[in-house]
Amino acid sequence: MTEVARRTDLRARISLNLRAVVGRAYPRVIGANREPSWIFFEAFLPLLGIAAYVFIYQALGERALANATDPAKVAEIQANTIYQALGERALANATDPAKVAEIQANTNALIASVVLGGTMVAFWLNVLWSMASQLYWEKEIGNLQLYMMAPMSRMALLGGMALGGMFMTSVRAVSTLAAGVLVFGVVYRIVDPLTLLAVFFVTLIALYGMGMMFASLYLLWGREAWHLSALMEEPIFFASGFYFPIGGLTRVPVWGSAVAIAGSFIPAGLGLDAMRQLALGPTAFGGQMWLFSVDVELAILLVLAVVFLVLARYALAYLEVLAKREGKLTSRHQ
Amino acid sequence: MSTYWRTFKVAAWLGWEMDSNWTEPWLFVLYSILKPVAGAFILVLMYVVFATIGNTEDPSMFAYMYVGNAFFIFVASTLFGTFQVIQSDREWYQTIRYVYISPISYYVYILGRAASKVAVATFAVVVTLAFGIAFLGVEMGLSLADVPVLVAAFVLGIAVLLAIGICLGGISFLTAKHVHGLAEGIPGLFYVFCGVLFPLSALPEWGRSVGQAIPLTYWFDLTRRILVPGTSIDRTLNAYDDLTILLLLFASSLVFFALSVIIFRIGEYVARKAGKIDMTTSY
Repeated sequence: MTEVARRTDLRARISLNLRAVVGRAYPRVIGANREPSWIFFEAFLPLLGIAAYVFIYQALGERALANATDPAKVAEIQANTIYQALGERALANATDPAKVAEIQANTNALIASVVLGGTMVAFWLNVLWSMASQLYWEKEIGNLQLYMMAPMSRMALLGGMALGGMFMTSVRAVSTLAAGVLVFGVVYRIVDPLTLLAVFFVTLIALYGMGMMFASLYLLWGREAWHLSALMEEPIFFASGFYFPIGGLTRVPVWGSAVAIAGSFIPAGLGLDAMRQLALGPTAFGGQMWLFSVDVELAILLVLAVVFLVLARYALAYLEVLAKREGKLTSRHQ
Repeated sequence: MSTYWRTFKVAAWLGWEMDSNWTEPWLFVLYSILKPVAGAFILVLMYVVFATIGNTEDPSMFAYMYVGNAFFIFVASTLFGTFQVIQSDREWYQTIRYVYISPISYYVYILGRAASKVAVATFAVVVTLAFGIAFLGVEMGLSLADVPVLVAAFVLGIAVLLAIGICLGGISFLTAKHVHGLAEGIPGLFYVFCGVLFPLSALPEWGRSVGQAIPLTYWFDLTRRILVPGTSIDRTLNAYDDLTILLLLFASSLVFFALSVIIFRIGEYVARKAGKIDMTTSY
């Protein structure tokens, strides 16, 4: 029997892992193209949910302006003793054209915030359902044992999944952004595009690093994984300020700041805050709705990216040891 | 009929077990509460941010949004509950071939599986409404005389939702696993056009027409008329009285039931022809 020498030098290992990255990213990109229906389901339909949030701000903005200019409404506001002070301020604001313009500018900025949040929702859902849950899913359908036997690094496998997922999700994200500009007439004032790109990519690396870490943990948690992903939708949308500037949380007394800080551990929250500052200008909302400055947020995101990737490596190694020790790698539905 | 009832009961029990047996009861209750309450809090914070930067509050609008959002939990849960049955049985558990060839109505089986989702959603809606009244000052009222109308509207609203969910299920016979966006996107359609979070008057003219063609718009409007009486929000459906809306809902539920049977049968037929009944899409 002829023995085939297995190359273990650095070049061969790098080449092997790069091929593994491409190999795992490939089905996500090509597979999606083979099912073109996903463009409708994944890119167009989710826009509707975002549109609903846009219309909320529009409806609130229109009512604020109408209340301020309709004498009957003003009288109604004044009659309400609880909101009297605020109503009088609204009235005073309305008689000043500059203030009316300010309300309109704020409404535009809020809608722009929703659109940016909507693009990040696409990535967060991809991280939850196609990164974090993926190893558990692979176990359920019987692929995981093949991955474990293959000679490449498991990090290359997860890296390929992340790259393929980013590519797939970018289509949805770009369509959301385009719809925001074309349909909702959102205006962005980008003064520092390079920093914006840097924040965006560091946010994605941190986000997908977190997904890679969760992939191993989800495998350990078994059946709870699916529920955990479902649980990390609305609560994270809320805590990370996907549909409103996260600084708004700090306006809520007692628990607001604590939730905002907790939400900041999800890179999407800080990334969104920084991107909103860069896309809308730091003076948007009177500069009172931001959590930290862009520089601080970028620095924290860099740290988070490194930490999550290192933790992902350790979690994978732990999983591998556990799998060998307990022999449960192929046990399904647990 | 007894076979249908037995199928429904067993499927409902199975759905409940699948939904709840993954964890301890207290964690399941927490999970059932946390998700919808967080959804409500997104709206609360959107409102807080607007009120803070605009220096103006609008309690009527807030009550409108809050109640609409609470009842929307039924839409998301019921549609997802019916849509995901085929995909989870086919892709995840890979049991669809066994269930499908058993001598039961697969349509009724899906309805049964969705029943547990409706039950959990009911619990979540009650918790969300109670939370709003107790902690957020949402002004709501319910007179005893309105309870029968509220219950009738609820039953008809859920019937329409189940029928729409089955339509989506019929489509899911033919789609890959990654199209859970369908279950997310269709509720999005209703979120925008049914006056859930904002009055129809905020939509362009064509959007209002779309909204008025969807039965759920009438369900939300009637529910809000009963729970938030005397609101200053223009609902654009003032021309209809309660009874007319109930009749419209009844007629819609019949139409959507017929539609669901047709779409489900077509999806099933095409899937069988194409050999997709038990396909798995691993990517």
